[in-house]
This record gives sequence, structure tokens and C-alpha cells, in this order.
Amino acid sequence: MTVAYHRKPVLWDIDYAIPEGQLVGIIGPNGAGKSTLIKACLDLVPRASGSVCFYGKSYRQQRQLVGYVPQRESVDWDFPASALDVVTMGCYGKIPWCLPPRKKHKDAARHALDQVGLSEYASRQISKLSGGQQQRVFLARALVQDAKIYFMDEPFAGVDAATETAIVALLRELKQRGRTVLVVHHDLQTVPEYFDHVLLLNMRVVAAGPTSKVFTQENLQKTYGGRLTLLAEAAEAIARSGQG
Amino acid sequence: MTEWSFVDDWMVFVGMLAAVSCALPGTFLVLRKMSLMGDAISHAVLPGLAIAFLITHSRGALPMFIGAVVVGVLTAVGTQLIAGYGKVESGAAIGVVFSVLFALGLVLIRQATDHVDLDPGCVLYGNLSQIPLEAIDGDIPQAAINLGLALLLNILFVGLFYKELKLCAFDPQLATTLGINANLMHYLLMIVVAVTTVASFEAVGSILVIAMLIVPAATARLLTDHLGWTLALAAGLAAGSAVLGHVFAFRGPGWLGFDPNLSLNTAAMIAVMTGVLFFLAFLFAPRYGIVGRWVQRVRLSLQIIREDMLGLLYRWNEHRPGEAMLESDLMRAVGRGTLARFALKSLLSRRAVERASTSGILLSAAGAVAATKLVRGHRLWEGYLAKHFNLPLDHLHEPAERVEHYLTDELGEQLRRDLGDVGEDPHGRQIPE
Repeated sequence: MTVAYHRKPVLWDIDYAIPEGQLVGIIGPNGAGKSTLIKACLDLVPRASGSVCFYGKSYRQQRQLVGYVPQRESVDWDFPASALDVVTMGCYGKIPWCLPPRKKHKDAARHALDQVGLSEYASRQISKLSGGQQQRVFLARALVQDAKIYFMDEPFAGVDAATETAIVALLRELKQRGRTVLVVHHDLQTVPEYFDHVLLLNMRVVAAGPTSKVFTQENLQKTYGGRLTLLAEAAEAIARSGQG
Repeated sequence: MTEWSFVDDWMVFVGMLAAVSCALPGTFLVLRKMSLMGDAISHAVLPGLAIAFLITHSRGALPMFIGAVVVGVLTAVGTQLIAGYGKVESGAAIGVVFSVLFALGLVLIRQATDHVDLDPGCVLYGNLSQIPLEAIDGDIPQAAINLGLALLLNILFVGLFYKELKLCAFDPQLATTLGINANLMHYLLMIVVAVTTVASFEAVGSILVIAMLIVPAATARLLTDHLGWTLALAAGLAAGSAVLGHVFAFRGPGWLGFDPNLSLNTAAMIAVMTGVLFFLAFLFAPRYGIVGRWVQRVRLSLQIIREDMLGLLYRWNEHRPGEAMLESDLMRAVGRGTLARFALKSLLSRRAVERASTSGILLSAAGAVAATKLVRGHRLWEGYLAKHFNLPLDHLHEPAERVEHYLTDELGEQLRRDLGDVGEDPHGRQIPE
């Protein structure tokens, strides 16, 4: 798979099979294409080439199996909605067009809020939640989707310690229930503790595999230390030819 | 003075239809931070109208709506394309598209008016006062029918797609991954806005329609944090503006002492009223209004001064049990001022303190209970700070002075558990029960 913005490739020839039932950390420097990778998998940005398969079928056919937790900053938290409203949105895919959510959906949402420790905040307006609580609302929303594979874009960014602990507990529980979770992650220190697998990314897959084998000084050096100059130059050249 | 007649009834009714139909899709424009898009579409549909007019040579509703919808969608698409590929931000993209289309519309309309009767001024400013003339023979004016249909369309649109509109407004990416096409919803909304603005042209014109789209929704946002209520309030405020607008246009000059036979432009007055209501909400909305916030701050300050006074009296009594404190000393200790006088008055009226003699203030039994709780919280907090923060003793009082006003019973209990049964604060003063 290759993804390009304005003809400039940001991800090159990604060829990766997600290990089932594992917690996978996607690691890489800023601009490495981590979020883009997720968005390209979910058809949120167009791919220049290549394909993504979920259990042998295209994403369109397998939507129900895939859950997505976008970055917290991607939405307007001043929107007039309560925490329960936002979590209930996770069910909208299962409700036919034009029909309102029913009691069972609200109950599922309440249960999910309970799982992330926010049951008391169900009716609170979302702008009055702390950053960590907002992140947990997003996770609860992913939980009610009841997907088999989850993509989470920086769920640990800027959250308090209580939320971080809650998220880690949740990730482990998801794994126990046989779910696969891919997490874009920034804090290198916690990688070995949180993830079974890592995907080291910098415009291409630098290394991927079990954390114990792949998460090495050498691989990190390759991922973070200096851009792959040839790759970057080639990308520039392609972008220029597009304008010319 | 002119009498209120069926003409006025119709003007209010048509004004209300226009205002309410605009407020519903307008709410979603505001929530999606696309208010300018409403402005753009209301102007850009002009060439659509003109072309439909030039082709069919009629002012029939259907060709007008088709022309408007086509150009409305083109505006939305064009804006997105230019913002995506033109290296400009979306505001500039909107500006490029709608001003050019609007100008084109003006040119075409001039062309059209040479052949048939179509007044550019009417398109810009509307012609609300002319609409009821059609009703003289007991007919329903065409504009009222068009607006009624537009309102029905908007109620159906918002009612049926409430869930989808909500999700796509809040998080279009999630909507897309859930299989709800956010792009489709975007264009549906644009179509509805285009239809609504065209239906409203005859009543209020293409310039004032933006006030109807945006202002009631913005006002409603100040009043509630619930989407359903936002929509309902926006519709209600829009209807209210229409009534107030016409009443003021009709009677306002007389009330202000001008010639009572003079009446103002109702459509403009409706728009002015939406602004007046917004301003009122801006000032007086319970939670987000300026006055509301100010009142909350003053209340909090008063409460803090009252509690400081109780705390002072309690400590005074620790050394001199049963003795009254001089009023002047008490006032000086809380920094005097008007608020302090108010605070003392309210304490007296609540019988938390009483006057012992002409210049002495004494804690009452009820006041002593409240004061004990405060001082207890204060000293527990000092203990907590000393235990965990490694602060010097003389740095404990001030933070505790601030926090004591916010300590609930539950927090106090947690502090006590954290500290164990120490019984004394770090300064060696007793922590009262």
C-alpha cells in the first residue's frame, strides 16, 4: 500500500499483516505517517495504490468488525452533547438510517461508560469533562461498537495518570476477549510494558514483530535517527514532477 | 394610526415560516462551524435562479428550486475543490466561489429583467409587504405555500436524519467508518440550505436570510447544551423574532414618537430582532451570559467573605471564649469594602452572627457550627499539605485559606483518613470535630 498527499508519498509500500488477538503499538517519529496509516486502512484517506483486507474481505464489507478511536483533538468538544450521547454514537452503525437509538443502545452505552469508570458523568456536557475523561469517552464509544479489531490514534496523548491506567487495563481486557488492537503510541518508555507487537514506522515499515525481538536500540535508531534521505528526496522529486 | 389588518397577519405568518425554516438547517451550519457556507449559498444561488428564469421564462417555483439546488451543490463542491487544491483556506475558497457566482447572478438577472419582470432589488431585500396582496381575494400567497413546503421539508429532514446529522456534525470521520456517508449528509444539508434560502428570498431576500440561518441558532447555543433543545429554541427564537420584528416595524415609529403612520421594513426588523435576542442571551443567558457569569463571581466572592468572617470569629473565640469581636476589627480583617458590608448584613439576617453590643459581633450557635466545619477543613488541609508537599509551616495558611471554601464533607472525611487521627494541625492547633 502506498499513500500520497498532493502526489507526495507519505507512506511507501507498506506490507504488513496485523497479528490477530495482539496489542500492537505503532511507533515512529512525527510525520512518519502513523495516523495516515490508520486512516488509509479505514478508507478515510485515499490510497495511491495497494489494498487493505480485513479477514480476507475489503473494509467496506467488514465495517462492523472494525472500531476506530480518532485523536481527541479531531472533534469539537463544545458540541452540545452529553458523554452518554457521544458513547451512544458508537451504536449508530447498527441502527438503520432514520431510526433513533433505542433503549438497548443506551444501555450498552451506559455499560461502556461504566467500564471506563465514567458512569457518574453520563449526563455531563462533554466540554465540562477533563481531557482524560474525554479520551475515555472516546474509548467507551469504541467499546459499544463491539468490533474485532480496533484502531486507536494516540489514546495516551495528554492524559492524566488515572486515564492512562484505565486505558491500559481496557487494552488488556480487549486482548483477553480475543480482540486485536492497534495503537499509535508516542512514549517509547512504556512500549515494552504495553504492547506485544510493535510496528516501527517511518514512511515505510522499518521493522515489525514481537516487541521483545523488534523493539531494539538498532531498530529505533533506524526509525528515529535521521530520515531515510533517499526516500525523502525521491518523495520531493515526485511532488515536484506533479507540479511541473 | 393604521389598523392591524389581514395584511399584517400574513406578513407575520410568512416571516415566521421563513425564519423557522431557516433556523433548522442553520443550527447545523453553526454547529459544523460552516456559518459562512450559508451566506455563500444564499448568494450563490442567484445565477441558478436567473438561468432557470432565462430558460423557462417563468417564475414558477419548480424551475427556481432546481436552479438553486444545482448551483447550491456546485458552490459546496467548488468550495471544497478550491480549498483542497487551490492552496487557500476554506474561508477564502468560499469567498472566491460565492462572490463570483453572486456577481454572475446579478449580471444574468439584469439580462433577464430586460425580458421579463424580475426585480433584482426584490431578490436582494425581499418583498414581504407585497406578499399579502395576493391574499386579497382569499387566495393563499405563493410565497407562503413555498415557505410552508420548505418548512415541512426541513422538519422532515431534521426529524428523519437527526441521528445522522448529529453524528456527521460532531465526528464525520467516525460517521464514515460506521458506514454513514458524511459527505452525502454534507451535500444533503447544502441542498436543504439552498432550497430554504430560495423559498425565503421573496420574504426576506438573499442578504437578510443569513441572519435567519445563523443568529437564532447562535442564540440557542448560548442557552442550552442539548442538541434537541438547541434546535427547538432556535426555531422558537426565530418565530419570536418574526412576530417582534413586524410589531416593531409596524408600531415602533409610533412608540418612539415619530409619525405613527410610518412603518419600517419588516424583513429588516426581523433580522434586527434576531440580533437583539442574541444580544440579550449574550448578556443574560444563565450559564454563558456575561451577567450570569458576573453574578456567579460576585456570589462566590460574597460567600468567601462570609466564610472568612465566620472563621475569624471562631479563631477569636478560641482565645477569648464567649467574647464579641469589634465590628471594625472584623471588617478590617476581611479587607472592608461594599462586599464586606453586604456579607456582614447577610450573616446577620441569616442569624449566623448577632450584635452583642453596638460595636461587637458574636457567633450564634448556628454560625458556630458552620465556622467549626470551615476551620476543621482549613486545618485538615494544612495537615495534608504539610504531610505531602514538604512546605514550610508559614506557607500552609494561605493555600488552606483558599481551599477551605470548597471542601465538601466527603473530601474532609478523605483528608481525615489520609492524616489519621492527629487531632492537631501542623501549627499545633486543635482540629475541631
